[in-house]
Amino acid sequence: MMNIKDVKDLIDLISGTDIVEVEVERGGAKIRVRRDGGAQQHAAGFPPPALAPQVPPAVTSRAAGAAQAEAALPVGVTIVKAPLVGRFYRSPGPDAAAFVEVGDRVRKGQVLCIIEAMKLMNQIEAEVAGVVRAVLTEDGRPVEFGEPLFEIQTAD
Amino acid sequence: MYRKILIANRGEIAVRVIRACREMGIRTVAIYSDVDAPSLHVRLADEAVCVGPAESAKSYLSIPAIISAAEITGAEAIHPGYGFLAENVHFAEVCESCRIGFIGPSSRAMKLMGDKNTARDMVRRAGLPLIPGSKAIINSEAEGLEIIRAIGLPVMIKASAGGGGKGMRLVQIEEEFGNLFLQARTEAQAAFGIPDVYVEKYLEDPRHIEFQILADSHGNAVHLGERDCSIQRRHQKLIEESPSTVMTPRLRREMGRTAVRIAERVGYTGAGTIEFLVDRKGNYYFMEMNTRIQVEHSVTEMQTSMDLVKEQIRIAAGAALRFDPKAQAPEGHTIECRINAEDPERFTPCPGTITEYHAPGGPGIRIDSAAYAGWKVLPHYDSMIAKLLAHGNTREEAIMRMLRALDEYRIGGIKTTIPLHQRVLRDMDFIQGRFSTQFLDTFLRR
Repeated sequence: MMNIKDVKDLIDLISGTDIVEVEVERGGAKIRVRRDGGAQQHAAGFPPPALAPQVPPAVTSRAAGAAQAEAALPVGVTIVKAPLVGRFYRSPGPDAAAFVEVGDRVRKGQVLCIIEAMKLMNQIEAEVAGVVRAVLTEDGRPVEFGEPLFEIQTAD
Repeated sequence: MYRKILIANRGEIAVRVIRACREMGIRTVAIYSDVDAPSLHVRLADEAVCVGPAESAKSYLSIPAIISAAEITGAEAIHPGYGFLAENVHFAEVCESCRIGFIGPSSRAMKLMGDKNTARDMVRRAGLPLIPGSKAIINSEAEGLEIIRAIGLPVMIKASAGGGGKGMRLVQIEEEFGNLFLQARTEAQAAFGIPDVYVEKYLEDPRHIEFQILADSHGNAVHLGERDCSIQRRHQKLIEESPSTVMTPRLRREMGRTAVRIAERVGYTGAGTIEFLVDRKGNYYFMEMNTRIQVEHSVTEMQTSMDLVKEQIRIAAGAALRFDPKAQAPEGHTIECRINAEDPERFTPCPGTITEYHAPGGPGIRIDSAAYAGWKVLPHYDSMIAKLLAHGNTREEAIMRMLRALDEYRIGGIKTTIPLHQRVLRDMDFIQGRFSTQFLDTFLRR
């Protein structure tokens, strides 16, 4: 029989490759791992709905991609998402140092960045303590509601 | 002319505005709540900005989020569509102070017509027909009874800040007035935060007839004929048509002129609608003005071959109204059916995924919709998913065409109002044009 570790190994195997789908059969059990974005699986006899020809492709929305990005995160990593729409600033002023840099340890409630909306500077605080693993957007760029801003490693 | 417009709405009206912009060569910015990411308006716009979560208060009604989205995308103007912030005076003021064009009337004109009591007062002072009733807010039972003795029963108690049937009570017996007055005030307070009510003569079996107007900032104002919206349930319109079966050329001229005068009096600009009630004898009374594009604007577009959304945008940008009374005179007959994701018998909303979708076509058919196969109708928002319009040379042809189109329409996976429309359009009273705003209630009881 297969266990959780086998499933995890399969996921690790296809991550970072172009493989969309892997199917393994062992000891009477069958498991299939499919990457999101691969062909939709449909019950036999029903063709897939003709969605693509009718509907133009979606405009790239960074917020909409957030859920997918999060699903692929390693254990112990939290994403800080924009709580409002506006312009993202990493520092309190044009010549000031950034609030945080990659590798910095932050405490809960510490200011990470500013989002400007309607001329108001909104301070965005860390909701968890940890180490800044990545800054996901650039200084001065517009951000949408729900757009990923930082990765914070909360545990090893 | 604007180069980029943000559409502060969702669903079919957002798609409608995007279509007008694309035909005018204007770039579009859609806004959406996180659950609306797969929506058609998001896919059709040149850019899309997520402004908040599913709850409208934090997304489609959030003024800071919407203004911020306009600022980061460099949109020069905002089209509010209908519903949400379309008639919010504060939003129009914020747009004005942020130097973002608001595609609608000035906040001043909106304020004058938005409060029903102020609007009635303005119409009365202009000497235009108004349903007999109290001149101002009723503060006590005694005041109300005095008016009842003057105008006679039955009367309707209405909330000053009202809408959607809230804070309304029908009074048929004088002794019941006291209780109903208190109930209406309590309900108005709960619904709008203002308890003020007024009293109006209640018309029996009236028709709901409204006039579409267009006015620009150069002093031009015209009306584009009427729409009969009498087929409604609890003040929610279900079927609209033009022309009305009770309209005469003389009455149309007179009502149209009244509508234009009201718009001129408040310095109105853009597209607007003056709603009237018409009694059995052909007397008409001003009810209210809608200071926005309406759901049923498409009926007038089919009758006149004008594009009201393009005109709204042009007028907001300061252009003069384009109207050719000969070329754009209303022609033939148009019927519109609102297709809602609702149980056709109980009227309960019926959200869910549309598994199959095939829209009708052929001569004289128009569909304004944001639906597609695989789209999920969300429980958070309005249940209207499509407007189906049929145009014919005569009313008979329009009815037959609509029945044919309703029959072709396939929406799988959810319940819709299509079966109800099929029943109404086959009803003898409807076919003969004999109905009032009471029609649907009576029809459903049969």
